Amino acid sequence: MLIINSVGVVVIALIIWWFWLYKPKEAELGENDLVITVENGTYSPSRIKVPAGEPVELKFIRKDESPCSETLLIPELQISDTLPLNKLKSIQLPALKSGEYAFHCQMQMYRGQLTVN
Amino acid sequence: MSTTKTESGGVSCHEDGTTTPPHDHHAHKANHHSSGNNSGPQELIIEGAGCASCVGKIESALKAVSGVENAEMNFAQRTVSVTGNADAADLVKAVEKAGYNAKLAAAESEDDALAEKEKSDQAYYKRLMKETWIALSLGGPLMAYALITGEVNVNTTTERIAWLIVGILTFGVLYFSGKHFFVGAWKSFLNHSANMDTLIALGTGTAWLYSMVVVFFPESVPEQARHVYFEATAIIIGLIDLGLALELKARGRTSEAIKRLIGLQAKTARVIRDEKELDIAIEQVLMDDVVRVRPGEKIPVDGEVIEGHTAIDESMLTGEPMPVEKAVGDTVAAGTINKTGSILFKATRVGKDTALAQIINMVKRAQNSKPPIGRLADVISAYFVPVVMIIAVTSALVWLNFGPNPAVAFAIVSATTVLIIACPCALGLATPMSVMVGVGKAAEAGVLIRNGEALQTASKISAMILDKTGTITLGAPKVTDILVAGEQDENTILKLAATLESGSEHPLALAIVESAQEKGIETGKVSNFNAIAGHGVQAEVDGKTLLFGNEKLMRERNIELGDFVEKAQGLAAEAKTPMYFAVDNKLSAIIAVADPIKEDSIAAIKRLQHNGIRVVMLTGDNRATAKAVAEKAGIKEFFAEVLPEDKSKKVQELQMEGEVVGMTGDGINDAPALAIANVGFAIGTGTDVAIESADITLMRGSLHGLADAIAVSKATLRNIKQNLFGAFIYNVAGVPVAAGILYPLLGVLMNPVIAGAAMAFSSLTVVTNANRLRLFKAQEH
Repeated sequence: MLIINSVGVVVIALIIWWFWLYKPKEAELGENDLVITVENGTYSPSRIKVPAGEPVELKFIRKDESPCSETLLIPELQISDTLPLNKLKSIQLPALKSGEYAFHCQMQMYRGQLTVN
Repeated sequence: MSTTKTESGGVSCHEDGTTTPPHDHHAHKANHHSSGNNSGPQELIIEGAGCASCVGKIESALKAVSGVENAEMNFAQRTVSVTGNADAADLVKAVEKAGYNAKLAAAESEDDALAEKEKSDQAYYKRLMKETWIALSLGGPLMAYALITGEVNVNTTTERIAWLIVGILTFGVLYFSGKHFFVGAWKSFLNHSANMDTLIALGTGTAWLYSMVVVFFPESVPEQARHVYFEATAIIIGLIDLGLALELKARGRTSEAIKRLIGLQAKTARVIRDEKELDIAIEQVLMDDVVRVRPGEKIPVDGEVIEGHTAIDESMLTGEPMPVEKAVGDTVAAGTINKTGSILFKATRVGKDTALAQIINMVKRAQNSKPPIGRLADVISAYFVPVVMIIAVTSALVWLNFGPNPAVAFAIVSATTVLIIACPCALGLATPMSVMVGVGKAAEAGVLIRNGEALQTASKISAMILDKTGTITLGAPKVTDILVAGEQDENTILKLAATLESGSEHPLALAIVESAQEKGIETGKVSNFNAIAGHGVQAEVDGKTLLFGNEKLMRERNIELGDFVEKAQGLAAEAKTPMYFAVDNKLSAIIAVADPIKEDSIAAIKRLQHNGIRVVMLTGDNRATAKAVAEKAGIKEFFAEVLPEDKSKKVQELQMEGEVVGMTGDGINDAPALAIANVGFAIGTGTDVAIESADITLMRGSLHGLADAIAVSKATLRNIKQNLFGAFIYNVAGVPVAAGILYPLLGVLMNPVIAGAAMAFSSLTVVTNANRLRLFKAQEH
């Protein structure tokens, strides 16, 4: 029983670490065309580094048929747009101040983050 | 995997190996555009260019077309920019000859995008239904067998073999009908995120794995726990697929309003270029193109009439049922319908700049924005799935430690049921679905709501400030009375007064000049014009000295007024502005000017007051007239003699009193007051709406729009609250019950199949409830 309980506690700890504490690496919005793929419940890459102080363009392609993935929201920038299926969609961002900006679908199941600095 | 092109220039990789077929109708549209085009580069979208080496081939194929100066391809975007004056159809043909498909970038319209979306939704729906049937056709009989015989235990070798076969079949179901849950769960796991897929995959995966363990190693679990849960696995997958399919259908209905707006757009336009009439797609109409519209046709783009005369039905944009007369110089708006005559007009706004396109864009944006009430649900959604996973593990541990025999079976069932019943979707959908329908419903009533926040605040408005001129009144002062005092008749008085005022720019002067024009009276020549500030004007016409102004002016000049002073007071009490007119120092008439109250203002104000809203009028006019107008309009409170720059102070005053203030104005002069109010309403005049200036724009001039806007926002907020409440309660009650909290009391544990059904239909319920808003009707006018 002790083993089972320990395993259970470890599983809980792993859930907390993996989903909340761990910060995955950020992709950089650099020279080469970075396209964010919307598929299987995720944005990939989901964490994107963006330079501060200059307008940038984010490119999305949605390959997920689920209607959940259709809407893209960046609440702090008051951006909401529709991502067409299997088509590249560019989202223009104004020059941003340093900080973190979340982007997500209507229901926040698809989540990503822009790190501006 | 194959690579295909996309409309806006992207590349798409279909995993199933299909390619998007070329869209013939686009090529067809391109053919229409055969007059050549010198107005900048033409953009082509290329399909089927999978490798970088295609670039050279496509570019040289295009450069070989006569008229092409240069062709440059952007490989990442799969677009080519072609300069020169080549025929678009020839360009498409050249690319096709080189082995690729091409179409004009401009040919992508809202309509096409919508049609394509519907097509892909339809395909997705069919796939989900197929998956549902596969899963249920295995799960149904299995469940019937389990219920009828009660034999789902694995004891003998024959049973083991039989259940192994069923287990393999169930795996088939998991693969065919549930693959997307597992792939989604895994991909998001790798991405450190978790969603609905994670819960379903974990729940059904656990049930199936446990069952397989029982089949292969029955001895490893206590005898009473040797159950298999294959039927639950199959049925849960089937029910959730069914739920997704039905939700997809229901979601389609939430966007009906925007579809109707998009449907207003014409598909083609008849333009005159190089003295030839051409039918072209509306996306290809350029600024300053001359467009011909015949009776019964839709106006394709915004423009100004340059030839002809007609009546146009603008009701779809303004809600005004009467067709509007249009002659040379008048503006026409895209999406409206030409009724009687044939006209030529010059395009002034095309593509995304037309009023209709801007309205569509604004409605779309607003539909996707979220009111503050939804934020708590967002925060919960963000932590929801991992928390449910933790609850599932904890619940299993509690059963293993403290549960009765067979503890392991109870642990598995409770963990599975917790994972299956928890529904982040219902919570996440609660707000956006209602906003989608509510904003669309408002747009149908001619009310454009900027965003979710405006929608929510509008539902709480306690005081409404109405600007007088142009909001309560028509905004166009008119001569209402001419009380003759001397020898001249009305027409002579009007002629002299209009002549006198023709040099003045005062709005009241304009009313007099217009009145004369309406009666066909020509004005004469004026000399020695003199404006006496705060009093009136003086001039000489036909050798007569004319004096026009207020009582003070007349008294100063010792002009006998007699009982006309009382008559003037009577006019003021009727919300009219009386002015004295004297010829050669003798009173000739009183001319009264008034800005009539809009026909339906009184009823609309009553509606607002009936809803418990404190209505306050704001005007720069003098107290007496303001009082009269307010009384006539049924308004008890008013601010008179307010300078334009002080309007926003009045808004603040009410806010200080604790009111949630709505401010209604024309959106141009009142911009600061609109901005400072909790909700700023701009009244649009016709199709020339000042979309950017307010939180809520009323497309028709009527104040009923205000009451409609508040009613729609109240209904939407009520709907959101129902949804959020339902989703919260569902999860807050469902998860503990699934974990077995009722077991110590009632000795029952929830069946995972019930959990699957509950989960599948919880989000469907939310969407369906949001759809009820479609039936909402603003109170009768």
